[in-house]
Amino acid sequence: MPVLHTVNKSPFEKNALDSCLSHALDGSTLLLIEDGVYAAMRASSIEPRIRRALKRLRIHVLENDCRARGISEDALIEGVGSVDDAGFVDLVVEHDNVQAWL
Amino acid sequence: MAGQCKKIMYLHRRAPYGTVYAQEGLEVVLIGAAFDQDVCMAFVDDGVYQLKAGQDTSAVGMKNFSPAWRALGDYDVTRLYVERESLDERGLREEDLMPLRYEDENDDWAEKSSIVIVDRKEIGRLIDAQDVVFNF
Repeated sequence: MPVLHTVNKSPFEKNALDSCLSHALDGSTLLLIEDGVYAAMRASSIEPRIRRALKRLRIHVLENDCRARGISEDALIEGVGSVDDAGFVDLVVEHDNVQAWL
Repeated sequence: MAGQCKKIMYLHRRAPYGTVYAQEGLEVVLIGAAFDQDVCMAFVDDGVYQLKAGQDTSAVGMKNFSPAWRALGDYDVTRLYVERESLDERGLREEDLMPLRYEDENDDWAEKSSIVIVDRKEIGRLIDAQDVVFNF
């Protein structure tokens, strides 16, 4: 499996998400963690970017980071998956490498 | 300086858990409330996420300080300005925020909302009208 990209910054405050999306190759995976999960919320100005990215990347959010921030499952953009901490570990194991966009 | 009442704004611009700014800012507001000044708060940019309803940090090992916002009314911090454009950009509506209320002593203790949604221009005017702005 190719690279697992993680983004942990709010897309409104830092360009980590944009930089990640412009470097990630088709077929790789993006996991949004910590403040990165805000990018996965429906109806925000970021949504079109995530929808475009979903056509070529698998995108997940870390469940506990969403819960901490009051983001419920149904507030997520359709097609974004949710993983728990064990799922995070599985993703790391499944991929050849992890690239953390800090 | 004794007896002087200053107009003070606490301007919050960051999301609640990724950095310590939000929580530290809240503590400063609560401490500052003891000094009997003319205080308001403004939530701008990612700061609006601080007021998001339904926060539950039990699984991430951090303190959920969001319930403390509800105490602000008892500290006479009753004007929380939330920027409309910041909500819109983030796909949030007023209903997505925690209901924060206070009892108005000048209006027979009627219960009122502390949250006032205002536009960016108005936030600018409010900043301009302050003696001091603390930024978090």
